Amino acid sequence: MKQDKLIAAALMIVALSAISGLALITVFIFKEGLPIILRSGVREFFLSSDWDPKNGAFGICSMIAGSLAVTAGAMIIGSVFGLGLAIVLTQFCPARLASVLKPVVELLAGIPSVVYGFMGVVTIVPLIRTYLGGPGLSVLAASIVLGIMVLPTVTSISIDALQAVPRSYWEGSIALGATQWQTTRMVMLKAARSGIMAAVILGMGRAVGETMAVIMVAGNALEVPHGLLDPVRTLTSNIALEMGYASGEHREALFATGVTLFAIIMMLNTIALAIARSSAKKGGSR
Amino acid sequence: MHPKARALCLYVAAALVALTPGCKDGQTGAVSVVGSTSIQPFAELLAEEYTAKNPNKNVDVQGGGSTAGLQAVSNSLADIGMCSRLLTPEEEQQFTGTVIARDGLAIVVNPGNPVSELTSAQIRGLFSGEIQSWSEVGGHDGPVRPITREEGSGTRESFVHLVMGKERISRRALTQESNGAVKELVKGDPAAIGYMSLGLVGHELKAVLVDGVQPSSANVLAGSYKLARPFLFVTKGTLRPEAQRFFDYVLSPESQKILETEGLVHAQ
Repeated sequence: MKQDKLIAAALMIVALSAISGLALITVFIFKEGLPIILRSGVREFFLSSDWDPKNGAFGICSMIAGSLAVTAGAMIIGSVFGLGLAIVLTQFCPARLASVLKPVVELLAGIPSVVYGFMGVVTIVPLIRTYLGGPGLSVLAASIVLGIMVLPTVTSISIDALQAVPRSYWEGSIALGATQWQTTRMVMLKAARSGIMAAVILGMGRAVGETMAVIMVAGNALEVPHGLLDPVRTLTSNIALEMGYASGEHREALFATGVTLFAIIMMLNTIALAIARSSAKKGGSR
Repeated sequence: MHPKARALCLYVAAALVALTPGCKDGQTGAVSVVGSTSIQPFAELLAEEYTAKNPNKNVDVQGGGSTAGLQAVSNSLADIGMCSRLLTPEEEQQFTGTVIARDGLAIVVNPGNPVSELTSAQIRGLFSGEIQSWSEVGGHDGPVRPITREEGSGTRESFVHLVMGKERISRRALTQESNGAVKELVKGDPAAIGYMSLGLVGHELKAVLVDGVQPSSANVLAGSYKLARPFLFVTKGTLRPEAQRFFDYVLSPESQKILETEGLVHAQ
């Protein structure tokens, strides 16, 4: 019994130190970043697109727009294909084929992001430039690359969610005379809703935070994009591009960019969690 | 714990302890040179030559950018910083900059672009967004896509200093974080215009005449090509003997010769 207590205490210390590390990082980011937001004015900082750190202009509106545009594009591509793949693999595909295909999709998660970025630059960007116009480095290119990158996350968590639905639901629906597609659409997807939502949230987290691949294919221009073919700079790429050089106010402004990113991710997660929770209450899933 | 598992743990721990000093040796032994991606390929070349001559002396060359190089030197993370622009007055108080070579700044366009000569004012207009179409400077009718480097890059700062003056680079300009990325983009896009170190232009891009002067190392040396900047090795305090040896090697006539054949201009 004494040993039990000891181990419990040790584990508690480990857990607390992990959490306090996280808390310290948060405190540090805010301590470094908040003063400059207040100094240059909250409105000026978030609503102006004038980013010229050498001359004291810190407006990150275009980058917020950039991050949101790229993430939205990536989630549309990633969730359509990811969820589609999950449905096929769990509902319409022979078990043996699924057992080969699922690990292959999961393998995609192991490819380093710089490789995705490089493939984007070499293949997708020239295709867009030649057939659609514009510089090629664009919201669209970044969305496609990120969409592929979030695919494994969205797919494998959706698969888990669909597989966790009790077999009896499926059998019941089929027994009532529903076709396989009707069963999938009206029973399986409904029951797995909160899990699928979690899959999309996690994918979104990856898309917002991804940096390297985005720097390579997004063009990093400082203007708010007017269309899918315009280049954009995201919050993460702004930090990574200029971090090596920044000092003084410029450095603080990059931390403030980090604060913004932090806030956006927290907001997205809270919204998504709330949706998942309310649908779980109504739908009564796992 | 199982006795075998315990023994395994001990082995692993012992191996880790044994390896640690090895890592340290590696770090302090090699001379580390960090900074501008414009100087990096030349420094790598010299480092290779140097190691070939002195088999036991390693030189570790890393990019990251001019200002990052200065920061690394100031934090004692690197022996020598590479800086491809003039030092600011504040930086001059802290660091010593030694010119190792001079470099022309080439204005490059896609080889398919008929424009082969521009004035400084036209270049300024193209990059500030005032000139929207290539037809205004004698090319085909079509949009202009200026490509710039990221804030803090030595190449960018030299370009702003030498060409833009008070004008700002357009917000629509694409931003790339290395000479290589700029090169790749200009190579593939007929509407693009960029700037980079003269020594790195190669055969796949077209470097335009600026104010009627051919960009070449001879013209940089003669002073007729105005877009020229220094390549600096930046140090702080006294160097370690190993670092000093590499430093001297870079300034020796022999390596200056190598730099010249690579398209740079010697340090005078």
